[in-house]
Amino acid sequence: MTSRREALKKLLNSAMVVGGGGLVWGNIAKASQSSPVTLRPPGAIEENKFIQACIKCGKCVEACPYDTLKLATIGETSALGTPYFEPRKVPCYLCTNYPCTEACPSGALDLKELQKESEDKSEDKSEEINIENARMGLAVIHKESCIAFGGVQCDACYRACPLMGKAIVLDKEVNEFTQKHANLKPVVNSDYCTGCGICEQVCVVEKAAIFILPVELATGNVGDHYIRSWKENDESKLKNQKLIEEGKDTDVESAIDYLNSDEELFE
Amino acid sequence: MSLNRRDFIKRSAAIAAISAAGITIPKKLTASLPSSEGNWKWDKAVCRFCGTGCGIMVATKNDRIVAVKGDPLAPVNRGLNCIKGYFNAKIMYGEDRLKKPLLRVDANGNFSKQGKFKPVSWKRAFDEMELQIKKTLKELGPTGLGIFSSGQHTIMEGYAVSKLMKAGFRSHNIDPNARHCMASAVVGFIQTFGIDEPAGNYDDIELTDTIISWGANMAEMHPILWSRATENKLSNKERVKVVNMSTYTNRTSDLADLEIIFKPNTDLAIWNYIAHEIVYNHSEAIDWDFVNKYTDFATGVVDIGYGMRTPDHPKFSEKEKETVKHEVAKTLSEDEGTALSYLGYKAGDTMEMKNRKSAVKHWKISYDDFKKALKAYDLDFVAKVSKGDPEESIEDFKKKLKQLADLYIEQGRKVVSYWTMGFNQHTRGSWANEQAYMVHLLLGKQSKPGSGAFSLTGQPSACGTAREVGTFSHRLPADLVVKNPKHREISEKIWKVPAGTINPKPGSHLMKIHRDIEDGKIKFAWINVCNPYQNSANANHWLKAARQMDNFIVCSDGYPGISAKVSDLILPSAMIFEKWGAYGNAERRTQHWKQQVTPVGDAMPDTWQFVELAKRFKLRDVWGAQPIPGLEGGLPDVLSQAQEMGYNPNDTLYDVLFANKEAKSFAWPDPVGQDTLNTEAASDKRKVLGSDDKPFEGYGFFIQKYIWEEYRKFGLGNGHDLADFDTYHSVRGLKWPIVNGKETLWRFNAKYDPYVKKAGSNDFAFYGKALNKIGQGDLKNINPSLGKADFTNKAKIFFRPYMEPPESPNKEYPLWMCTGRVLEHWHSGTMTMRVPELYRAVPEALCYMNPKDAADYGFIEGDLIWVESRRGKVKCHVETRGRNRPPKGLIYVPWFDEKVFINKVCLDATCPMSKETDFKKCAVKIFKA
Repeated sequence: MTSRREALKKLLNSAMVVGGGGLVWGNIAKASQSSPVTLRPPGAIEENKFIQACIKCGKCVEACPYDTLKLATIGETSALGTPYFEPRKVPCYLCTNYPCTEACPSGALDLKELQKESEDKSEDKSEEINIENARMGLAVIHKESCIAFGGVQCDACYRACPLMGKAIVLDKEVNEFTQKHANLKPVVNSDYCTGCGICEQVCVVEKAAIFILPVELATGNVGDHYIRSWKENDESKLKNQKLIEEGKDTDVESAIDYLNSDEELFE
Repeated sequence: MSLNRRDFIKRSAAIAAISAAGITIPKKLTASLPSSEGNWKWDKAVCRFCGTGCGIMVATKNDRIVAVKGDPLAPVNRGLNCIKGYFNAKIMYGEDRLKKPLLRVDANGNFSKQGKFKPVSWKRAFDEMELQIKKTLKELGPTGLGIFSSGQHTIMEGYAVSKLMKAGFRSHNIDPNARHCMASAVVGFIQTFGIDEPAGNYDDIELTDTIISWGANMAEMHPILWSRATENKLSNKERVKVVNMSTYTNRTSDLADLEIIFKPNTDLAIWNYIAHEIVYNHSEAIDWDFVNKYTDFATGVVDIGYGMRTPDHPKFSEKEKETVKHEVAKTLSEDEGTALSYLGYKAGDTMEMKNRKSAVKHWKISYDDFKKALKAYDLDFVAKVSKGDPEESIEDFKKKLKQLADLYIEQGRKVVSYWTMGFNQHTRGSWANEQAYMVHLLLGKQSKPGSGAFSLTGQPSACGTAREVGTFSHRLPADLVVKNPKHREISEKIWKVPAGTINPKPGSHLMKIHRDIEDGKIKFAWINVCNPYQNSANANHWLKAARQMDNFIVCSDGYPGISAKVSDLILPSAMIFEKWGAYGNAERRTQHWKQQVTPVGDAMPDTWQFVELAKRFKLRDVWGAQPIPGLEGGLPDVLSQAQEMGYNPNDTLYDVLFANKEAKSFAWPDPVGQDTLNTEAASDKRKVLGSDDKPFEGYGFFIQKYIWEEYRKFGLGNGHDLADFDTYHSVRGLKWPIVNGKETLWRFNAKYDPYVKKAGSNDFAFYGKALNKIGQGDLKNINPSLGKADFTNKAKIFFRPYMEPPESPNKEYPLWMCTGRVLEHWHSGTMTMRVPELYRAVPEALCYMNPKDAADYGFIEGDLIWVESRRGKVKCHVETRGRNRPPKGLIYVPWFDEKVFINKVCLDATCPMSKETDFKKCAVKIFKA
């Protein structure tokens, strides 16, 4: 049986040779003139822990039907022997049966990471494992090189996105240049983006205008003290919020010290 | 209808775009014509791809195309492009461009059907063509020849090949791939208005309140128009409503206020529901003044078959016969029983297809009869028949149908209905087109700014070349038809050929050319600017016929595709910007461009290929008496008349048709072509060894301009007026008819169309001349005693019933299968699959399927499956998360990918009136590969 995966292997991955389940290391080095950031397979636990947990066995790489995953070699930014992928070359196709995650014997890739946390923690009921819960990274758009922002009717990334209409939506606005067309601008929604990188792979400009960064690098954080009234469930972050501790006596002293030092006012 | 303020502002904007002076874009961005910036040169051209007709600017440097940009002055797109248009600069430079003629030869260099392709000289290529054509003419006469023409031919190429075939070889076996895309629209136009092509223009997109897309995924297939629709919606969110009518959810649904997913073929029933609602429940909405003055009612025969061959054909398999048997008779289903009750039919009756050969027959009926016929099409019936998503409740679906009807009916609401292949590729496609006009005409919402039924076009010059030039088996330029003796006479005069030269018998349409090849009735076929062996349904038959039978097939192309692969001789063609040309888009806009660069290798323009072939035939080879099957007495010998006209029997078709005195009066060089290449007129730096093995030095006259000026004689003064050649090189296209130097924005409307006043009306006149005198009768029949009805200056409001397609899913083949395009690729992908970026974006055709169907079959995303019909099967990969989201019971497989050869699966049933294939529905089974 030739699956789409195998067809794609041939199509996209001619530089890399898979032999007898193992990898030909020399070819990997050639194929990965590395991105400065490392994207991990779906289900990877937090990066620091991942590096400790990963036993570099390569089972996830073997399990990947599209040859998306590679093991880092000497001279690459990610730790030697750990799995990673480069979406512009081969993205993650979000297999609905997550073979790589399942293959991991060490817990570095953990199926629990593919379960969405249940809203109601008290019943300890997690939702089912779903590849769409993967968070390998986050797509970021460089709007100056994205031709859709100028009005070209492209949206190749949008149509290719496995979560089309959720992870990438089209923001429509009147094109000021022509005044009679609309721009359909791709916008990434981090609530849904899995970081699979299919968008980066299909982007039609010379160097992709949409690309995947590790979530940590690509996200900000609004803080817990402000609840966005326009955002559903934003309040839920209050559940785990640490209370601001009451001030200590030493703080009172610092106020008193301040009040008592008025010399500067009269210099 | 007077323009309100919003309309006024928008119109002003549109007019400003026409006269470049008022356009509101920064000066530095305007592209002058042509201009030099550094060592590259910009010049205007047209996008190679779809029927939208976007203007582009092409940059050349060192005789190569180096870049394109959207043309800011082009009214259609104002500087924007879609993702395909963005890559116009790369389409000519794929690695495997065809650069030399290739012939199948044996070890001795002789032609052999079993031989392998070897490069040959142009002379050798023409020698072989001459030999094969002469052999065929001797054996079969003119009908033994066939030409696969194209809606992507330039206007001049289409005219040259049509003239060569129709006036030279006296055969009408020429038909374009536009047959696959626009023929049903043409029948709709001709039967309803008596003249082809839309009344409105793209400004309707901004002017309307309601955009209803029927069987047209505009968001992917006409992206620039869709971005205009989106702008209108954004600017008037409350007022403007967008509706997507489709058999599956697609990108067009993104913008839609209302999405209606209907069962394949039931668009026929939905239109009748809307009409039923108007006639029975909202008669106040009928614009009686308009209807009485400018329209009348009509209907036609229904027992017309499905455009297939009859089951006794020896090449049908037993499996195929299960479907093909319906060509002669069909047992009516319960739904059809009700839908056809107005004719006295009931469920279980057998309909004998008695009018297979007279499918276009129609006659005038009374309004009362019209109303009677619509009676059965109430909400309950139509909702039951047409609900396409098994998971939607019937109540929800009824609400949506009601909302749809309300949008059409609402007083003062402007409505445009847009459609493309969902209607046209339909075994009752001509009917569906006519039903759209039915509703618009009843409501008086037609030929008015912002209101009208608007047939969108798929190909860049389906209108400009195929339809306007008439490169069809039954047509001549400017809506003339070969059957009409007066039309032949007009054509013979313009072409300066003897009376009686043109064959009075229409030739074979596209599917019939394939079938004739399979039947040994055509033994020489020439393919130009199309890929008929990939784009025609039921492909296994035609592939075998091409390779296994005694015939000779020539393919002129830029790149090797399936059609080249099954041919015997391949000719390398110059592509789009390597030649002078003109295209005509869907809004009647004709746009010209100049040759920008020298063709690659030994590639030569198609016009040159036709003209060179013409050198190989003397008048005495073709203008003697000729046998024509089915034409008593055959074609007359016109050689003595030719001599009276001053021709010599030893003159060649080149001398008479292309290099005559008039042609030579168009001198080259010409000011309009200053500093411009012209490979045909003046040759080029390559001095390609031509058809006589000598360096080609050029014809020495401006052949493209000659062709244009001769061609436009056909349309002057009869509603098809085109401007002179030079004018088009100083404007960004013009919408015909062009009268007194002005283009026509809305046809049939006196405010915009001078022909209406000419027809004696101050408001409207549907002045098309075709089929104006028809019989009269009741719903069942013509009553000869009533005499003829006169539709001069009137449009026809047709009643057409709902019928099922010839093949619907059953237990063995349980799913509907629909095919079509994707935004990234053009047609069979010979150009776009060679643009690395577009290939990477969409490298293969996937099978779009409902996730629940996938789960029921045990498929997961990416699984390889077989899709099999009674005719063939193909392997493809499952996609449940993609851009197209079919309801349960339907799959969608695009056709651009030759490795996923879906036309092996499709059924070659056609609309019996238009002969256009229904690619949108057949029954399949699927299983794991």
